[in-house]
Amino acid sequence: MALADQSTLRIVLYEGAGATALAGEERFSVLSTLLGQGYAVTRAGSERAVAPADKSSVLVLGRFGAEKPETTTDSSGQVSVRFENLEDTAPEHVIAKVDGVRTTAGAVKQGDWKPWFPVIDYDRCTNCMQCLSFCLFGVYGVDGGQRIQVQNNDNCKTNCPACSRVCPEAAIMFPKYKAGPINGDVVSDKDLNREKMKIDISALLGGDVYHMLRERSEKAQSRFSKERDAEKALSERQKCLVKLAQSGDIPAEVLMSLPSPDEIARRAEEAKAKANAALAAQAPKT
Amino acid sequence: MSQTPQILYCHCNYAQVVPKEVKEAVLRKLCESGVPFEAVADLCEMSARRDPALQRLTQGNAIKIAACYPRAVKWLFAAANAPLPLDRTEVVNMRAETADNVVASLLSMELKPNVPTGKVTASDAPAAETAQA
Repeated sequence: MALADQSTLRIVLYEGAGATALAGEERFSVLSTLLGQGYAVTRAGSERAVAPADKSSVLVLGRFGAEKPETTTDSSGQVSVRFENLEDTAPEHVIAKVDGVRTTAGAVKQGDWKPWFPVIDYDRCTNCMQCLSFCLFGVYGVDGGQRIQVQNNDNCKTNCPACSRVCPEAAIMFPKYKAGPINGDVVSDKDLNREKMKIDISALLGGDVYHMLRERSEKAQSRFSKERDAEKALSERQKCLVKLAQSGDIPAEVLMSLPSPDEIARRAEEAKAKANAALAAQAPKT
Repeated sequence: MSQTPQILYCHCNYAQVVPKEVKEAVLRKLCESGVPFEAVADLCEMSARRDPALQRLTQGNAIKIAACYPRAVKWLFAAANAPLPLDRTEVVNMRAETADNVVASLLSMELKPNVPTGKVTASDAPAAETAQA
């Protein structure tokens, strides 16, 4: 999912010499529209610097009238620069124009995924591997120096902050979470007292969550086989998960989508083994 | 090259955590002011995608960023291999500040670097933020 090797489109809203300036409200409308579609926009001008050019294709939007410049390349000859007239600032016209250029330029479309993933505060992280051993979805891994890192953020379950709750140093943030310190707010003494213990999810949720899920699932399966009532079994599992969801602020749908008990056990073992290997590798050699 | 800080505005497109009225008012006022600025749809998504544009954004002058908590912004950039210049970055928190305060900070020529270095605890927070926590 990394964009490093893909083409992106940079939009520049130009209102300098050779173009007619937009009214403030029009400027706001154009920017709101483009941002809402996932585009990044530079509103250029002479009073302040903006970010320098890079390898992104550039689309310059402006009111050029009949003087609209032709498509060209930058001084390196590697970056194409297209120009489009912005006569009509109605959202549908702006989107159609920009999407067309993006397609022509072969640039990626952004904004199709809610960016929910853990962000590690390395000022706080002690590399204890609790998160690696906890996460069942392979979000975490270690780099060449055995340092914990987020490797597969697409695997993260939207709105689930569970791994940040098992971090004893409150070092894992989800910037789109509702409350601190998980959202990146400062870490209070109360937060630390709550999270300082080297705990695992079992302590956090008042029992071994995996064991609990396994047990409940087995009971539900048993009941299902006896009663042939899938709805009842599902209802039972949901009741069990409500408590877990409330105590850990883990979305019920995340818990409901957990894999089978056997698969949970397998993944948990795999994650623990990875964490142990990383911890062993960073331990001082005697 | 001008020493006036660049301005970067994050629209936090994919979540409701930044109050809509605040981010819209900030964007509107930036547009009305006529100043040049950079606007991105969502810094989180750019970080997740390791978007090279983040490196572009950190390569210029001093920068003022209208987004969310400074600790989160710092590590979002770092996660994308685009570490912020700590002594030249001011993050203005749209989750905690009013739109007027955010815009006043962005348009001010004075830069107040506030990206945390080292562990951030409640004792490091400005008084106003501590009161809200």
